[in-house]
Amino acid sequence: MTITFRNETFRDDFTFRNSLYNIRRFPFPFDRDEYMYSVNMEPHVRGKKDSVFENLIDVDEHYVAEMHDRALVLKEDPLRCQALPHMMAAQWDTLELLMEHQAQDYPEHFTLTKNGDRWRWINRPMGIDDTFTFGDPSTLPYPPMEYITRQAQGDFCIVDQRDNNLWMDAGMVTTQADWSLDFDIGMNFMEWHGPVPLAHQIGVFDRALKFLLNLQQGKPTRRLNWTMTVNPRLDTSPENYHKWGPDRTTVTPENVGEKMHLRVELQSLWRLPRSNAILFVIRCYLISFNELVTVPKWGRRLPRVLKSLPPEIVDYKGLSRNRPIMLDWLAKYDDGAPTSAGIFPD
Amino acid sequence: MLVAGIKSRPEYKGLDVDPHAKRHLFALEGEGAAALIDQVGIKGKEFLSKSEILYLPAGSAPKDYGTSLSALGPDSFWQAPTLQPLLFRFRACLDLARMGTRLYIAGTEGFIGQIMQVAMEYGIDYNSIHTEHRGSTARRVQCVHCKGITDNVTTSPFACTHCGLPLLVRDHYSRRLGAFQGVNIDAEEPGTAPAPEEMFP
Repeated sequence: MTITFRNETFRDDFTFRNSLYNIRRFPFPFDRDEYMYSVNMEPHVRGKKDSVFENLIDVDEHYVAEMHDRALVLKEDPLRCQALPHMMAAQWDTLELLMEHQAQDYPEHFTLTKNGDRWRWINRPMGIDDTFTFGDPSTLPYPPMEYITRQAQGDFCIVDQRDNNLWMDAGMVTTQADWSLDFDIGMNFMEWHGPVPLAHQIGVFDRALKFLLNLQQGKPTRRLNWTMTVNPRLDTSPENYHKWGPDRTTVTPENVGEKMHLRVELQSLWRLPRSNAILFVIRCYLISFNELVTVPKWGRRLPRVLKSLPPEIVDYKGLSRNRPIMLDWLAKYDDGAPTSAGIFPD
Repeated sequence: MLVAGIKSRPEYKGLDVDPHAKRHLFALEGEGAAALIDQVGIKGKEFLSKSEILYLPAGSAPKDYGTSLSALGPDSFWQAPTLQPLLFRFRACLDLARMGTRLYIAGTEGFIGQIMQVAMEYGIDYNSIHTEHRGSTARRVQCVHCKGITDNVTTSPFACTHCGLPLLVRDHYSRRLGAFQGVNIDAEEPGTAPAPEEMFP
């Protein structure tokens, strides 16, 4: 299928919108009417056609605009992309994985041709046609991780495995929900999750770490995570919090449907073959409340979930200020009818 | 006492002189001198003949720990006027260090963090370094916005000494930077920052 890429922005005039097709395929993260942290991991295998699980590296109508936004972020702050020196093999692993998946699942848009170590990569939506030597960084215009993640949607962390722990040793992070790669780079799994409330005490991170240390090549795993963002802004970094923070005071009962966005991360984790590192893909999807309530099941469920959240999670996700406005506005979409199990529209 | 339960902060387990080390290198600041003096009380004086001590009096200068440390008769004692020359000298020590050298750091958290940064640059595994917190609980904080570091922060919020934004000190520590994270506290409504509160005396 040929994707029609939208010309839109994630800043200033915020022209980002989802097409009707894209709304239906949104990864709504709540499979029931309440929410609590859990090790909600499942095998990352191909799912329903016309869902974000159809392909394991999903490319959608926002691809070109997201890549443009990433380039703007990097121009302003190059520290959003960093790799510690021992991560070069893992960088090549990442380049290979992303190129192979994008070329295989979207042949109209991407082509990868290998002739021994001489590779040719064609990215038609971005007008790129490069030939390079796999394993030789001097043959690419950027280091391999930066090169390919300037051409792939989502944030990317490459996590090294040693001493029975995982270490955040490389990443391209420009669409994050308020965490800083520059601050967290070099930390282990427990350290970089340090600020998350409640989850440590209920053992979520111990179990998740144990699970990930045993992740096998060819058997990626995934989970959904979520928060809310005012305006369809991809770059909600702590670095720029003083710039986007004031957005939170602009929400009113009249504009909440348009301004408030559910922000969902489809996180997938992949064991890499040469380095034995893990590629952690954090793919961000945005949907405005107006768009979301066009699916009746989601319109019923979201207010129920929002109502049942523990106060620590409300605070950590930055929802305190606008939760009453959201609940008031959403109330009219909950007629009290039961909702079906699972995340997909009825 | 430092507050417990910050997952990203290193554990400062205390100096425990290693009887098997061929050489002991101590980097001490302020009240950290007392950590070594206490070790002599517990372990005896024998290890001192294989010890090199770098000392920065900092806020404890009136107590003149330098004289006490020097009187212990270590193989080498050197006192620094400020942190910068101490770091310079410390690098020289590491350049010359041999297999079997054990590193010990005691003092405020900001001092420990900055010495550890240099040690890690030299490839020393941070788990092998003995550390002990002594003295003020003041924090070294990096502003997540301008990336400037402010030393000896005792309040939260505090004004970043570089960009001026009022920063909340998060309980999140980076060993690589040797600093806690500071995040603008009134980003949503500029000008509404609460008054600074003494949190880290």
